[in-house]
Amino acid sequence: MNFSLVAEAWAETAPNVAAGAPKLDPLHHFQVVNYVKLAPFGFDISISNSVVWMWLAVAVAFGLFRYALRAPTLVPGRMQSVAEAAYLFLDGIVNDVIGPSGKKFFPGIFTLFFFVLFCNWLGLIPGSFTVTSQLIVTGTLALSIFVLCIFLGVYHHGWKFLGFFVPHGLPPFLLPLIVPIEVISFLARPVSLAVRLFANMTAGHTLLGVLFFFTVTLSWFGAWLPFGFTVVFSGFEVFIGFIQAYIFTMLTCVYLNDALHLH
Amino acid sequence: MESLPASLIGMGLAAAGLGGAGVGLGFIFGKAIEAFARQPSAEGPLSKYIWIGAAFVEAIALYGLVLAFIIMGKGG
Repeated sequence: MNFSLVAEAWAETAPNVAAGAPKLDPLHHFQVVNYVKLAPFGFDISISNSVVWMWLAVAVAFGLFRYALRAPTLVPGRMQSVAEAAYLFLDGIVNDVIGPSGKKFFPGIFTLFFFVLFCNWLGLIPGSFTVTSQLIVTGTLALSIFVLCIFLGVYHHGWKFLGFFVPHGLPPFLLPLIVPIEVISFLARPVSLAVRLFANMTAGHTLLGVLFFFTVTLSWFGAWLPFGFTVVFSGFEVFIGFIQAYIFTMLTCVYLNDALHLH
Repeated sequence: MESLPASLIGMGLAAAGLGGAGVGLGFIFGKAIEAFARQPSAEGPLSKYIWIGAAFVEAIALYGLVLAFIIMGKGG
């Protein structure tokens, strides 16, 4: 989705309060700005604010775990127990959903969870950029998971993978009805996975942007109400960021499990 | 119809989808409270599914937001 177009359309439709007054433009902070233009061989690999905040998310996650486990002891200290709790939490998800054969996917799923989580959380810092509010980022993650699932299913089951689209105990005369539905719902998986994360992050930050706008523009006796809401919704967004990272990871596990065990 | 008023009406209609998500969230939490009142010891294992379900239902409401954004890009 082209956000600069959307933002322009919004700026045209938004009511102009007064000349010189701050303009309501809650989509402004989703705009991708190129810092360094790089386009070798026609591929646009420019370093934008999206790329920089993605690097920062990776650096924060990496640094946090390096710091937590700098001197691991048998009886964990405060930071080490945070890292161990995170490990056990994700291990629980993988074990519950995939089972013992999911062990070899654990590093990837752990990385995916913390990448999405820190992209969500770093976006809450005022003035920062939310990487997961770009459909291209979530779409790339979801599509690579989708392709991995197809690859795994074909690798493990060969032609039997097509049986995935036929539920157990289905009467044969229902096949022409059910199989297309199953195929469409299978193809809708990456779309829903990507749009869910993207829409949640975009909606939350747009709401925060509108509330901040009211806090800034209203007079001092009217501004406390939207200001209180910004406090409440910032806390709520921390929670939403965690829940969405959790959902994204859990659905990834569910899809991997479907590919490995053909439900 | 001109494109700007039509797109504004369309964005409003897209927001009407929130009603369904509101009903869904009400069902989730209402049924959850009912279940906990009947079986208080089930709160621990069940609350996980409530939050997952709530996130799913919210996502459906936000598809309406995505539609509104798409309409916003087309009109105006």
